[in-house]
Amino acid sequence: MVNGRRLLIIIPALNEAACIGEVVSEIRGELPGVDVLVVDDGSTDRTATVAVAAGAQVARLPYNLGVGGAMRLGYRYAHDHDYDVAVQVDADGQHDPRYVPKLVDLLDDHDLVIGARFAGEGDYSVRGPRRWAMRMLSLVLSSLAGTTLTDTTSGFRAANRRMIEMFARWYPAEYLGDTVETLVHAARRGYRIQQVPVAMRRRMAGTPSHSPVRAMIYLGRAMAVLTLALIRR
Amino acid sequence: MKLTLVTGLTGLVLLGTIVELLRRRQLREKYGMLWLGLLFVVIPLSLFPRLLDGVADLLGVASGVSLVLFLGIVFLLLVCIHLSWEVSALEEETRTLAEEFTLLRAEVEAERAERAERAERAEWTRRPDPTALVSRDG
Repeated sequence: MVNGRRLLIIIPALNEAACIGEVVSEIRGELPGVDVLVVDDGSTDRTATVAVAAGAQVARLPYNLGVGGAMRLGYRYAHDHDYDVAVQVDADGQHDPRYVPKLVDLLDDHDLVIGARFAGEGDYSVRGPRRWAMRMLSLVLSSLAGTTLTDTTSGFRAANRRMIEMFARWYPAEYLGDTVETLVHAARRGYRIQQVPVAMRRRMAGTPSHSPVRAMIYLGRAMAVLTLALIRR
Repeated sequence: MKLTLVTGLTGLVLLGTIVELLRRRQLREKYGMLWLGLLFVVIPLSLFPRLLDGVADLLGVASGVSLVLFLGIVFLLLVCIHLSWEVSALEEETRTLAEEFTLLRAEVEAERAERAERAERAEWTRRPDPTALVSRDG
């Protein structure tokens, strides 16, 4: 329970045995009375075992579906078990659970609240094509949603009942579909979207990619996904 | 004459393959019918390659054989697109099944854990209280 609401934290995880335990226990420590669902997206390591030991509910997918598949499963779980709020958090520990109440507070007047980098708090920065891609995405999506969205690919989001119901039915499994396409879809259907500045932490394990070629490919794919999302029904 | 023999035989072998696959129920009828229908066009053409010359002339194509080649490529492209579409639908179906299955498994596991916990608790309460034993003896 947070502010009198039943709250589910959804963590999609793929081979995150190294840090999932710590992430789950931190959330349970910071937010007592909150349920944690780890969606194991076909991991080959001990992700599920570690998560159970840390006190999370675990849903194990039989094979890898990608973040979108794991997320729709999470929202279906939230819908089936009648939660008021679902918050999705990355498994690598970069999202600080102490921001969750801040996100949840805004759900009275909004359907989807995004924890966003580049919005004042924290010192996260990117350059080159990856930055252009993020700029383009935030420009287009901000105008669609009618509010400033600086971090459209953030995986730190809180959804209220209305939003949970939609995501349980519809959540794309394709690349960037879990972030960009869901935003386009929700904004166009009149769901109210808002962002909250958050500081991201360094990942507890693993390193983000910094290759310029990868960044260019990312830009191309982001544009393709956005264009498709805009012309789709 | 030799060429006609080669093309004609190829057509017949293809026809035999499709019929055999259908007979063994290895091929869904909707696909089998598609290929059979195609073969009913291809076999006469392989026996009489000049059949389409008239149509080709009408369309401005130099010879009937080129026209067949062109139509064949278009047809194969359409079939490929259709198959990609079918695979997309199948992937969506298996995704839904995987999610459905995972939800059920999570439910079963939660239930089982709860039952195990309840059994353990019952075991504890059944155990005789050591202090009670002492007092009765004394």
